[in-house]
Amino acid sequence: MRMANRSGESAFVPVATITALIVVIWYLACLPMNADLPQLKDAQGLGNRYAIAWALERPVLPSPHQVVFELYHSTIGTRLFRQTADGMVLNPRNLLFHAWVTLSATLVGFLIGAMLGIGLAIAIIHSRVLQKSLMPWIIASQTIPILAIAPIIIVALGSVGLTGLIPKSVISAYLSFFPITIGMVKGLSSADAMQLDLMRTYNASRPVTFTKLRWPAALPFLFASLKVSISISLVGAIVGELPTGAQAGLGARLLSGSYYGQTVQIWSALFMAAILAALLLALVSLVERLTLRAMGGRP
Amino acid sequence: MSAPSGTPSRILLPGLAGMGAAFLAVLLAHGTGGILLWLAALMAWLLLWLANHHWSAVPERAPTALARAGGIGIPFLFGFTLLFLWEVICVGLKVPTVLLPPPSMIGARIAGSLPTLGADFVQTVIRAVIPGWIMGSLAGFLIALLCDRFGFLRRGLMPIGNFISALPIIGIAPILVMWFGFDWQSKAAVVVVMTFFPMLVNTVAGLASAGHLERDLMRSYGASWSRTLLALRLPAAMPFIFNAFKINATLAMIGAIVAEFFGTPIVGMGFRISTEVGRMAVDMVWATIAIAAIAGSSFYALLVLAERRVTFWHPSNRQK
Repeated sequence: MRMANRSGESAFVPVATITALIVVIWYLACLPMNADLPQLKDAQGLGNRYAIAWALERPVLPSPHQVVFELYHSTIGTRLFRQTADGMVLNPRNLLFHAWVTLSATLVGFLIGAMLGIGLAIAIIHSRVLQKSLMPWIIASQTIPILAIAPIIIVALGSVGLTGLIPKSVISAYLSFFPITIGMVKGLSSADAMQLDLMRTYNASRPVTFTKLRWPAALPFLFASLKVSISISLVGAIVGELPTGAQAGLGARLLSGSYYGQTVQIWSALFMAAILAALLLALVSLVERLTLRAMGGRP
Repeated sequence: MSAPSGTPSRILLPGLAGMGAAFLAVLLAHGTGGILLWLAALMAWLLLWLANHHWSAVPERAPTALARAGGIGIPFLFGFTLLFLWEVICVGLKVPTVLLPPPSMIGARIAGSLPTLGADFVQTVIRAVIPGWIMGSLAGFLIALLCDRFGFLRRGLMPIGNFISALPIIGIAPILVMWFGFDWQSKAAVVVVMTFFPMLVNTVAGLASAGHLERDLMRSYGASWSRTLLALRLPAAMPFIFNAFKINATLAMIGAIVAEFFGTPIVGMGFRISTEVGRMAVDMVWATIAIAAIAGSSFYALLVLAERRVTFWHPSNRQK
């Protein structure tokens, strides 16, 4: 989050106010949302009722501090490693284990998707046939709910013996490659016509024009689409964990939480997913800033 | 070259011959197969590729029917080639249908299960996607107006909105299923939450996009906030608002389908996909995906048409 906008006025006070307001509304909503639960049926007095509503075991809406405590207990409060016959392994009771399962699939899928997307964009801008035949389909594919294919990819790859990380990465990869292709086709053709003409007068070859002009011109577009892609890559990995029957990962935690009515577990998995998304975005932004600085651009 | 590559015969001849070879290859694949099949398939592929190669070389502004049809014809020919290769490879190489069923099998399944697919469509698209999309977009729009009126709200809400747009919001599906029950209400609620933030962020950006000169003009007329909004800033924001509508159309379909993975009554596209996958009835899954794809892109196409009507003044829509 950038804390100051372009005109220089700080956004800190408004953001903090709105966030505090959301937390207050959340706390206040805990009583009406949970009012039908048996623990609150006979409770008298507003203060008493709120005290109960904020500490229920399986609330309809858990209170913020319950979620934070659950996050703390399931990450720092639980042993990260466990002794098994094969030596030390990550402890599946620890939420960080599930976060890592999802994160690894996200990153592998994102890297594959980014390379595929950039490669396809390079092919498209150099081939008129591809540009005219493939590009409309890539744009059209953005309009279909592509995530619906996730279960079938899990099953199809499972039938040839691929399980675990790879099917989820495949889902992440195909989700993340479309925005990168579209962004990079735009970016690689964004070089100024004057500069392209200049390259032609230098008699520069295609590879030279590409590395010296088209690629640098495309970098801002690349990072913009990488930011879109890394978030949907995470969504792909989470949704990819749903059909396999809740073994490991944040999607599995969401699903098992909804099976067993463990609302606090769902919320903490959700918060962990949000933290992951924020970290991934921050990582891409950091790489963007370092790259642009190395290229001599103004931040 | 004896003739320029754009002449109709150099496109039509290989195109038609390629399609003929493609149909022959499909027939052979379903029949005996053998070396003849792969010869026909290779021929079809080469001919169709050649047709597209020549067609792509036609200048877009050329005053011929082929140049005008190229925008649709070239991708159509490409799609046809892919579909035909899919069919021939799946049938000819006897790819296990679990891995990938041929298009003919999916088509037959669609034709044979229209009542089921129709009921799923009504449950998911008519009951969940469209109401949720309308409510979420409307709520985002109204909050954006509030943000525009009160600068403090905008400065506070915009960073949060931008941040939440990047989160995996779909994860709230199990919570909302718990709150609103298994039926379509919970799916519509997921759609509302997913579509709210893109509309909020885009509308606020759009309302800020009116030019300074025009705004100064409105001020010199002594126009009120609401008058300026109606006469200048809302029309100027329309391209942004339609952008959000289009993003939301896809998000809404995804949200409703994925929310159904967390529990539904025994109808709905997401339900169909998750149960038929469990029964290894992949043709039904692909049929549902095909319907979802058609529904999603028609929804999008309608929005594009509406956008052209509303933002006819925008440079991207002006007649060239």
